[in-house]
Amino acid sequence: MADTMAANPGKRDSGLASEDARNAAKEVRARRMRAFLFVVPLLVFITFAFVAPIATMLFRSAYNPTVAELVPASLDTLKEWDGVDRPSDAALTQFAIDLKRLANDRTSGRLAEEINRFMPGTSSVVKSTARKLRRVEDAELQQSGVDLLIEANEAWANPQVWRALQEAGRTYTSSYYLTALDLETAPDGTIQQRDTKIYLKLYGKTLWMALIITVLTLILGYPLAFYMAHSSTARANFLMVFVLLPFWTSLLVRTTAWIALLQTNGVVNSTLIALGLTRDPLEMLYTQFSTIIAMTHILLPFMILPLYSVMRGIDPSYMRAAMSMGSRPIPAFLRIYLPMSLPGLSAGALLVFIISVGYYITPALVGGTDGQMISNIIAFHMQQSNNWELAAALGSLLLFLIIALYWLYDRFVGAGNIKLG
Amino acid sequence: MLKTQDSVFLEFDNVKKSYDQKNLVVKGFNIAVEQGEFITLLGPSGSGKTTVLMMLAGFESVTSGTISIRGNSINRTAPYKRNIGMVFQNYALFPHMTVAENLGYPLSVRGMNKTAQRDRIAEYLKLVELDAFGDRYPGQLSGGQRQRVALARAMIFEPTLILMDEPLGALDKKLREQMQYEITRLHEQLGFTVIYVTHDQTEALSMSNRIAVFNDGIVQQCAPPAELYERPANAFVAEFIGENNFIKGKVDRIEGGRAVVSIPGEGTIVAEAAGGLVEGANSVVSIRPEKLFIHPTTHDHDNEIEAKFIARIYVGDFIRYYFRLADGSEIVVKVLNDLSAPEFSEGDTGRLQWLISDSIAFPDQAEMPETMG
Repeated sequence: MADTMAANPGKRDSGLASEDARNAAKEVRARRMRAFLFVVPLLVFITFAFVAPIATMLFRSAYNPTVAELVPASLDTLKEWDGVDRPSDAALTQFAIDLKRLANDRTSGRLAEEINRFMPGTSSVVKSTARKLRRVEDAELQQSGVDLLIEANEAWANPQVWRALQEAGRTYTSSYYLTALDLETAPDGTIQQRDTKIYLKLYGKTLWMALIITVLTLILGYPLAFYMAHSSTARANFLMVFVLLPFWTSLLVRTTAWIALLQTNGVVNSTLIALGLTRDPLEMLYTQFSTIIAMTHILLPFMILPLYSVMRGIDPSYMRAAMSMGSRPIPAFLRIYLPMSLPGLSAGALLVFIISVGYYITPALVGGTDGQMISNIIAFHMQQSNNWELAAALGSLLLFLIIALYWLYDRFVGAGNIKLG
Repeated sequence: MLKTQDSVFLEFDNVKKSYDQKNLVVKGFNIAVEQGEFITLLGPSGSGKTTVLMMLAGFESVTSGTISIRGNSINRTAPYKRNIGMVFQNYALFPHMTVAENLGYPLSVRGMNKTAQRDRIAEYLKLVELDAFGDRYPGQLSGGQRQRVALARAMIFEPTLILMDEPLGALDKKLREQMQYEITRLHEQLGFTVIYVTHDQTEALSMSNRIAVFNDGIVQQCAPPAELYERPANAFVAEFIGENNFIKGKVDRIEGGRAVVSIPGEGTIVAEAAGGLVEGANSVVSIRPEKLFIHPTTHDHDNEIEAKFIARIYVGDFIRYYFRLADGSEIVVKVLNDLSAPEFSEGDTGRLQWLISDSIAFPDQAEMPETMG
């Protein structure tokens, strides 16, 4: 009996000596280190090119130090103010002194711009007052700053202007987010709706357009992916070239091609007129229609690729099995094939939807005013109105919106169902 | 057999199939199957056996000829109206449905009510000994269990005909043997007709009532397993089914169904003459390795040739001896591993002996089939 035990190595004690355990742990550490080194360049790149800009954007949307840095003393004196009547004389005097200093530093324009965002029309008030106060002696300002200020522009008697200054002077503010949501702070401090809804409407339109584009790419892409997945490898590869062809041409060229097609004297209109289907050319370019049609075209590969790769993996015997059991082709498709292709479908739909929600170039080129999406207004605030804080707030909201949609998707469909290949 | 005959359940009448409008993959397939028979279509890959099955299931169209069930042509019947159960090589269990839902699918398609469905599912799960697995997903089952579910799903709607397309191909040897037994048991218990496709001859021999051996789109022989093994109709079948030795020679004369064949450098031997053999033509004589004996032996013999010993391979329950004939061809002899197993050293000459009735002389086809793995 003892002999058989000794002859059987499987029965031996498998415990590791402490030195063995140390060596094994060292080996594992070394392997992890090597694996980590492979991703270091990407990690560094992502930190600088992705994480840092997004963090800056999120920060910028709530951080607004300009006014606080320009007139810190005035904002200090305004702290005592009850916010109803005209602020105290001391506050007004201090502001007059500050404004004179700004006028001489040539930074009063920045202050004017900042306050104007909170109360449209105040830009000229600040600028003209600054011009008048520039030559006044400091001693005189100290003495009768209040009168000089109101003399320069009687708007300074209006408490609303001071409230705007106070608002603009907050270093950390939620006001850009309120603006981005079409809300504002009422004089009594409560949050209320703005009269005109700009951004909410635009968000709604963006989501709606993204949804239409997703559905369109699905309707166009699903049958093609199905056909490709069920044809010979040679034919599927040949068709794949056509699917990928758009990726090899510039996005700008493709969008411009749509301009050539859709414009008033373009290919589509001349064909329609030649066929006698319409007498007057249709207005297709610079509309929501043109944005949707061009984006559907551009985003179609993002739908087809995941669909195709998932469908390629579905063995034809599943449909055959369903039919051999007596199911007609369409019910068998709905009950068997469609659920099996769902991972590709959700990946494609999610991809197209998220890309189109943040799409910029195509709506900018063919959208006109009607086809603008939220990205275009963000770009507008960055490039034209120079309101980076609002642009950052709008961008952050877009980010939160997409995260929320993804969360909803995960709740109801399950993120584990996404499959790209 | 005539179509009107009651016993004929399924009939293929000169069925042909071409995919490319140039070449026939199936070149005139004929078979008449009785209710309850277990028919195996056996052949190397690309021999057309799977195409026959697909035409029967309705997934491939018939180029010409007729497939009929109980005398009615089903050539133009849609696959979902044929009421034929099918087991696929990859099982084709729906991964997004539980085992019970998989089994319930053909029933719900037929509009069976929920309670009846539940009872029937329980009954069939019991039948394949998977009572406790109804709530599992196919991904959580082992290969053998999946195969049982696939079987149950093909049977649950009580089709009179079940097709199996290499159903055991993905299983390991032990499981395969177990499932062979399982399928045979269910077949005997429920009495359905089976058309079974495989390239594994052991599987075919142990399970079938009749085997149709396919090669190159043609059925070489359709016969019960024993007949196929003992009396192969041609050299292909002799080669394909089991192991065989072939000795080349020339037919001197044929008398009383027996051929006298002269072997170059070995003298003459006598063998049963196969159909198509003519005097003066080249011939191959087949003898199974286990029917050959090495002198000295107590077994009777009619023929004897001398051959050079090459090697002896110890397999366990038997020993394989390799010999070389004068023309250079090799001969294998299988000897039971008992005390009578002889010892040889290289270069020795052995005397191989066998009975006339254990050897068949076939006409030498220009192209002898390659040995099948």
